Amino acid sequence: MSTADIELRGLVKSFRGPDGPIRAVRGVDVTIAAGETVALLGPNGAGKSTTIDMLLGLLRPDEGSVSVFGRPPAEAVAHGAVGGMLQTGALIRDLSVRELVAMMASLYPAPLDVDEALGLAGVSEIAAQRTNKLSGGQTQRVRLAVALVSDPQLLVLDEPTVALDVEGRHAFWATMRASAARGTTIVFATHYLEEADAFADRAVLIAHGAIVADGPTTEIKAMVGTRTIRATLPEVDGGALEALAGVSSTERRGDAVTLRCADSDAAIRALLAAYPQARDIEIAAAGLEQAFLALTGGS
Amino acid sequence: MPLVYVRYELLRTLRNRRFFLLSLGFPLVLYFVIVSPNRHVHNFDGSGISFPLYYMVGLASFGTMSAMLSCGARIAAERAVGWNRQLRITPLTPRAYFRVKVLTGYMMAVISLLALYAAGVSMGVSLTADEWLRMTGLMLIGLVPFAALGVLLGHLLTPDSIGPAMGGGISLLALLGGTWFPISGHGFLYDVAQLIPSYWLAQASHIAFGEHAWPAKAWIVMAAWTIVLGALAARAYRRDTGRV
Repeated sequence: MSTADIELRGLVKSFRGPDGPIRAVRGVDVTIAAGETVALLGPNGAGKSTTIDMLLGLLRPDEGSVSVFGRPPAEAVAHGAVGGMLQTGALIRDLSVRELVAMMASLYPAPLDVDEALGLAGVSEIAAQRTNKLSGGQTQRVRLAVALVSDPQLLVLDEPTVALDVEGRHAFWATMRASAARGTTIVFATHYLEEADAFADRAVLIAHGAIVADGPTTEIKAMVGTRTIRATLPEVDGGALEALAGVSSTERRGDAVTLRCADSDAAIRALLAAYPQARDIEIAAAGLEQAFLALTGGS
Repeated sequence: MPLVYVRYELLRTLRNRRFFLLSLGFPLVLYFVIVSPNRHVHNFDGSGISFPLYYMVGLASFGTMSAMLSCGARIAAERAVGWNRQLRITPLTPRAYFRVKVLTGYMMAVISLLALYAAGVSMGVSLTADEWLRMTGLMLIGLVPFAALGVLLGHLLTPDSIGPAMGGGISLLALLGGTWFPISGHGFLYDVAQLIPSYWLAQASHIAFGEHAWPAKAWIVMAAWTIVLGALAARAYRRDTGRV
């Protein structure tokens, strides 16, 4: 690694819970090169936000260390190198959108032009509105403008598209692509495989507070992107179905069978060729939770 | 201090209507209600101070205390929406954050003070320029422990609970401070009142006597409250943010 990298080493963090300590993060090691776009992918409660809070210096790890461009996170933040959009949070009231973004811009050594940040986040048209009169999606975009106006070297986004509709998501990721193209290092947490796949160079899979996989998104997608085929198909032996091309396991409930598939395209062709009587066919992408259960052996 | 940031923070505070009602409207209305029928009383309850002057300072101490403690309400509101976390990932230092909050508290306190001075003058209060200045100086110094108390409450309480806590707290401090009626020079209440910073805040009106309004005891009480509340506020902040 070089000082231009971001390094999370041996991170461990527990919280006090009603039934003893909750181990939110139990040993996370990641090195991110400058300019990379990395998705932290995992189901809810996997430890993504806790990891991000430690990356930003909002939480102190119980064990391990964080280095952002060769500095502790608090120092990188103090130098204005980091911009962030946290998962929860509203905006402070009694200011217009433009005033709020200008207020935040004034805290940074070399901010973007306020109008440019408003434009990038797609909030130029609501710049004169008061921050307490915005919809959820508008609020989210203003928070993005706040993150962008700092013109950071590292942009950290925790579940950034949760409050956005489909159109909003497209606009959001288009903005992020522009930032990435300017060399900004981007780390974002998401529980949407599609988002990680479409946008990140690399995905780090987190489950139960630990990394279960780390690699290019294409590889990760192959690992967790299994699909299932459900069909009504009485009187066919499970073993025979499992022997079909592309099928990795089967399960029967009454007349219905569920085929877990490594390659659902091959499997559906083989299924219909062998058993044309199969009906009520549904093909679905396995949820990330299911994929994680498979990856972590259900533990 | 980040000046543009300060400007917007002040602007934001000036736009908050609820605040204006509590620390400006309420004491002003009370002042006129209480003082109008008694504006010609020159020696109020043996205090040696005229009725309009006594209540001008009493209600100014009420209004300025509310103004300072309302920094706490703003901190609590910002914590509730997660804005303090957003600020912690900017180069704004916690020290600067608190400085700006205290500064906005002082700005509102000065507005409240000037409004009550104007009301007082309209009711016949007449002081020399020197007396006005010394009295104002003492009141501004007397607000320091309340700034620390505001920061402390802002980190201990939620926006839901801070309203009642502040209302009750200010009423009690005002009562013990002699805002509503003079506290006589002996007895248990007097002994307690002398240990409360709001008492000395209201005592700033004694400047009109031509005597020093604050004996050494006042300075010690103020310094002690500032140190204790300041330390508690710093601890509450650290616990709240997990920076132990």
